[in-house]
Amino acid sequence: MAEFRQIGWKASVPTLVIVLLAAVPPFLSSYWVGLLTQIMIFAILAMSLDILLGYTGLPSLGHAGFFGVAAYTVAVLATAYHAGFWTCVASGIIIGTLLSAAFGLLVSHVRDVYFLMITLALGMVLWGLSNRWITVTGGDNGISGIPRVMTGPITFYEVTLLIFIGCTALMMLFISSPFGFTLKGIRESESRMKSLGVNTWLHCYLSYVIAGAFASVAGVLWAYYNAFVGPTYLDLTASSEVFLMVTLGGPGTLVGPALGAGAIVLLKNVISAYTQRWLMILGAIYIMTILGAPQGLWNLRRRSRSRA
Amino acid sequence: MDCSHPCLVLENVSRDFGGLRAVDSVNLTIQPGERHALIGPNGAGKTTLFNLISGELRATDGTISFFGADVTRLAPDRRAARGIARTFQITKLFPNLTVLENVLLACEALDRRKFTMHRPLASYRDLAQKAANLLEAFGLAQLRQELVRNLSHGDQRKVDVALSMAGRPQLLLLDEPMAGLSPGESHSMHELLEKLDSTIAVLLIEHDMDVAFAFAEKITVLSQGRVLTEGHKDEVRASRTVQQIYLGAEEPPC
Repeated sequence: MAEFRQIGWKASVPTLVIVLLAAVPPFLSSYWVGLLTQIMIFAILAMSLDILLGYTGLPSLGHAGFFGVAAYTVAVLATAYHAGFWTCVASGIIIGTLLSAAFGLLVSHVRDVYFLMITLALGMVLWGLSNRWITVTGGDNGISGIPRVMTGPITFYEVTLLIFIGCTALMMLFISSPFGFTLKGIRESESRMKSLGVNTWLHCYLSYVIAGAFASVAGVLWAYYNAFVGPTYLDLTASSEVFLMVTLGGPGTLVGPALGAGAIVLLKNVISAYTQRWLMILGAIYIMTILGAPQGLWNLRRRSRSRA
Repeated sequence: MDCSHPCLVLENVSRDFGGLRAVDSVNLTIQPGERHALIGPNGAGKTTLFNLISGELRATDGTISFFGADVTRLAPDRRAARGIARTFQITKLFPNLTVLENVLLACEALDRRKFTMHRPLASYRDLAQKAANLLEAFGLAQLRQELVRNLSHGDQRKVDVALSMAGRPQLLLLDEPMAGLSPGESHSMHELLEKLDSTIAVLLIEHDMDVAFAFAEKITVLSQGRVLTEGHKDEVRASRTVQQIYLGAEEPPC
């Protein structure tokens, strides 16, 4: 009976969240609808990093790179080449994923702080490109004027919501699959996984590419939402922000990082109305997370339950 | 699999760490189903030899063959796929997962379905059944929902052996499975090892002589990286050199 009730609870909460997200836009100002759209886009990005950081145990500090490259791909194709909507969407996702497949070859054999350093360096390479390859990226000015594809914020919001639900469902299925389970094993003890017969390099590599693919989806959405792409969307700060969304929310939970994305996007928008020193606040939040809830907020709940 | 070949053959296997030769020209043959113990003082190179057989370390020299196939250069996961399993002296488990999840990981590790991404693991009834059988066989069924890090050392050792048996290996390497166990736990571990499938070859590192001699028919004594003596346990027990190693040499008369 208790089990039945728990299943009922487990199914009803996501349904309630989806219904709420679908129902609220008419009651909100366009500012809040926009903010909710941003939150969902960054939630996809944060959850994709969680596959690496929380499940596989690979701390990537260059994850915004795939997000940014996918966004740039859309921007370049849509403005300079006037490519159609579906061409832009497909190219953004494919190029972002191919890039993660290439970078994955360079990073999948290292772990821990070395992984962090290499992904950071590769992220900086992308940032350098976006900043210096002016003929294509527009340098510091970025690329503006990406055509609006869905008129009115509500329509774009609804599309984002659908993609958000789809990506979340796919990632949840992924982490509950036999493959996703091997990633947890690698996080817990890679050498044991090897001696049990798992090619851990390959599993880390695939996990990196899949995380890159979902980050690319978020990047494509972002390009269309923001109608502007600049170097700030793939620099170190962007990557650290995503990293913080995951650590704050709770790595290895998917739900936590999505909520973390919500918290960070909200805070950023609210606080930047009062002060320019957003980075200082970000740092303070990071320190407080490490001191107060090193496993992230969503894991506090699990800990209190297991104590009971 | 060719039955005419021995299970494992080591020919002149050596391993250097810088200037130190940790394993020096070791020759060792293990037949299918054999119970073999590897003994020797601390620093004799026993665990290094295990790492060479399981692939954690590459041999500097020599060849290792498994049922006639050269595995000297294979990665650990490839060797596991061929049927070499091991436990670790310092238990290497998945501490933040439950006992059941630990065993499930081991059950899927050599299964092609480990690459499946579109279906929940929980939907594979046969894997769950396999894990349940394994837990039953190792007396861990009661503990299946416990996190491994909360288990006693003795139970962790049992999980360790259960994981290594999940892939139905042909050669099992046990690195001091009794170390640090209470007499009671040690006794139940011994019973568990006696019950292992008799077609599997087992190579055991053990410090406790009583355990080593009770478990194995054949004993190899390793000292300073070299094989000192090898043979049936009665020969080894009678050997003067072995007694000297363990009990200390008498002062040579002047």
